[in-house]
Amino acid sequence: MEPQAFFAGSRLLIVAGKGGVGKTTVTAVVAHAAATCGLSVLVLAVDAGTNLGTLLGADAPLDDTEVTVATGLGEAGTGSIRARAVTAPAALGEYLDHHGLSRLLGRLVRTGVLDVVATAAPGIDDLLVLGKVKSLERAAVADLVLVDAPAAGHAITFLRSPRGLADVVSGGPIATQAQEVLAMLGDEARCRVMLVTLAEETPVNEIVDAAYQLEDQVGVALAPVVVNAVYPTIAGLAPAVPAGAASRGVAAPVRRALAEAAAFRCARVDQQHAQTARLAERLPLPQVVLPFRFTAGLDAADVRALAADLLAGIGRLG
Amino acid sequence: MAATRRARTAPAPASVALGAALADAHVVVCCGTGGVGKTTTAAALALEAARRGRRAAVVTIDPARRLADALGVGALTNEPQRVALADATGELWALMLDTRTTFDDLVARYATDERQRDRIYGNAFYRNISGRLSGTQEYMAAEKLYSLATDDRFDLVVVDTPPARNALDFLDAPERLTRFLDHRFYRALMAPTRVYLRAVNVAAQAFLRALSKVVGGAVIADAVAFFQAFDGMEAGFRTRAAAVDELLRAPATTYVLVAAPRSDAVAEARWFAERLRGLGMTVGALVVNRAHPDPLAGLDPSVLALGSDAAGPLDPWWQNVRELHAVAVAEADQVAALAAHVAPAPTVIVPLQTADVHDLAGLTALAEPLLGPAREAPVTAVTSSGADGSPEARRRR
Repeated sequence: MEPQAFFAGSRLLIVAGKGGVGKTTVTAVVAHAAATCGLSVLVLAVDAGTNLGTLLGADAPLDDTEVTVATGLGEAGTGSIRARAVTAPAALGEYLDHHGLSRLLGRLVRTGVLDVVATAAPGIDDLLVLGKVKSLERAAVADLVLVDAPAAGHAITFLRSPRGLADVVSGGPIATQAQEVLAMLGDEARCRVMLVTLAEETPVNEIVDAAYQLEDQVGVALAPVVVNAVYPTIAGLAPAVPAGAASRGVAAPVRRALAEAAAFRCARVDQQHAQTARLAERLPLPQVVLPFRFTAGLDAADVRALAADLLAGIGRLG
Repeated sequence: MAATRRARTAPAPASVALGAALADAHVVVCCGTGGVGKTTTAAALALEAARRGRRAAVVTIDPARRLADALGVGALTNEPQRVALADATGELWALMLDTRTTFDDLVARYATDERQRDRIYGNAFYRNISGRLSGTQEYMAAEKLYSLATDDRFDLVVVDTPPARNALDFLDAPERLTRFLDHRFYRALMAPTRVYLRAVNVAAQAFLRALSKVVGGAVIADAVAFFQAFDGMEAGFRTRAAAVDELLRAPATTYVLVAAPRSDAVAEARWFAERLRGLGMTVGALVVNRAHPDPLAGLDPSVLALGSDAAGPLDPWWQNVRELHAVAVAEADQVAALAAHVAPAPTVIVPLQTADVHDLAGLTALAEPLLGPAREAPVTAVTSSGADGSPEARRRR
């Protein structure tokens, strides 16, 4: 599939996965990949405290003010990346402002009343965030709006919030908001969810559960699954080091180290292949594999390299 | 696996120190961000403590299904279940936290009578609290921890903290909940006719009218009914929360910081360690999971020059060693900075396993890298009096 066609599939793409699978990294990678295809990209962080800003090359952690982190990308130089956070208190403040309720409520919001509001009408904080996302999507502020969703369990709750509220609140602005967000989530031409997992037993189990819950309970379309941090295979590598002339001049302890490292690598690769196959069996969605980077902390250069891998992976999709 | 074999022949002193700390602790709180192996670490610590003679209970929050099955808590149970162990001198008990039932128990304990209890149970707002109020799950984990820590059946309680958006919610939870119930806005709702609150009440009523326009009147009526039904119970809740808070700060409560050797997880762990220190609590140990073993451990890294001859017959093997060495060195740098930060607490590095850990055998295999060999741990200290957090034990931490 042409990457341009892939990104044109829907204006909104929500990236979701459990903690530790690299969901935030994948968000940054998708942003960069889309921008290098010439798209204007707006990245939205709904969780505070991620390193999304750093991965995108922003100077400071993201907040509710939009910042431009890259421009002039792609062949025609039209690609750009902007980023901001969308937090519940800010979304609530903005929402109340729109409804002429800001003066009295501003102070109460600051003193933590959001807690009681969120408890009285569960999911209202999530809905306000999704409502903000929806208004950005409707206003067509960018070719692609990317959301770094909360970690898996919460992503389901997060995306289920409009359905729950639509059932509880029968009229008024919140009910309208919930209906509008539901319409967006249920429209494949407007919104897709991209699930991220690792090629390991537990993350695979959890992503399969999450996928079915999202389809059944939210009715949202699923983009290809990203299988992150898969060890690249090395052609010709096997646990046994060739003996004889090939190993001449290599001391025994060094040969042992080569063999042990090869055994470790081969075992990891085998396990990851088995888990990737199991995922394909249990979840009939196309997969895009991103390679493991042999570093302890990704930087903007790693993100660029992974973006090329992502584009290649999308290119291989049917 | 290679790294495990090395660990067995030359146990790291840090793991022995963690073994000793565990032998003296009464409560172990495992904390860290999502995806770093917190639940697995908590389960492995409790299992090994049981094998070393302790009567250990582990509270898991959201275990992976196969781990829950292995621990016998596959079905949601809010009461500890004994896990059958073939060769343990102690006992292992496990439970999966049920926030709602724990909250119900607390309400039943402090309700003045059954009518008050049932009025609260039947309130829609209350039903939302147990599932949705931020910090409730964290507080109920702490509450469960308290009830197990004061239960004579156990001399060690290991708790896995919830995968919170903010990992510190667990520590703030008791205060947060009392603040919620103490908030003057809520107090105004609960006592609409008290003269001294009238000024606040006017604002509250205006707020309610405004809020009703947004979310609908029925939702607000439920909230008001809840706070009115709750009237008279705050004192009991506050006392209990203070006791829970005291337990979280007790000397025999040890915090085990769980991290992965990635820069983002290390940054989170470091921030968490600073906050713990700020709250007057110390990190008992740092556990770093999923560390890549260095293929050149014990060798001179200059041997890599041997493999610089690309297209040689051993090139695939050298390429692999270069890559694994690079990631191991980068991870070691990350860990070293964090280890220095939490020192003198020991840092235990658990090598990346080739497969997921989700059964008792897998947990048992983690015991040695975590806690050192059992024979070198101070098994003699493992008695019921070992649960008091003696000054000696605290010095060691």
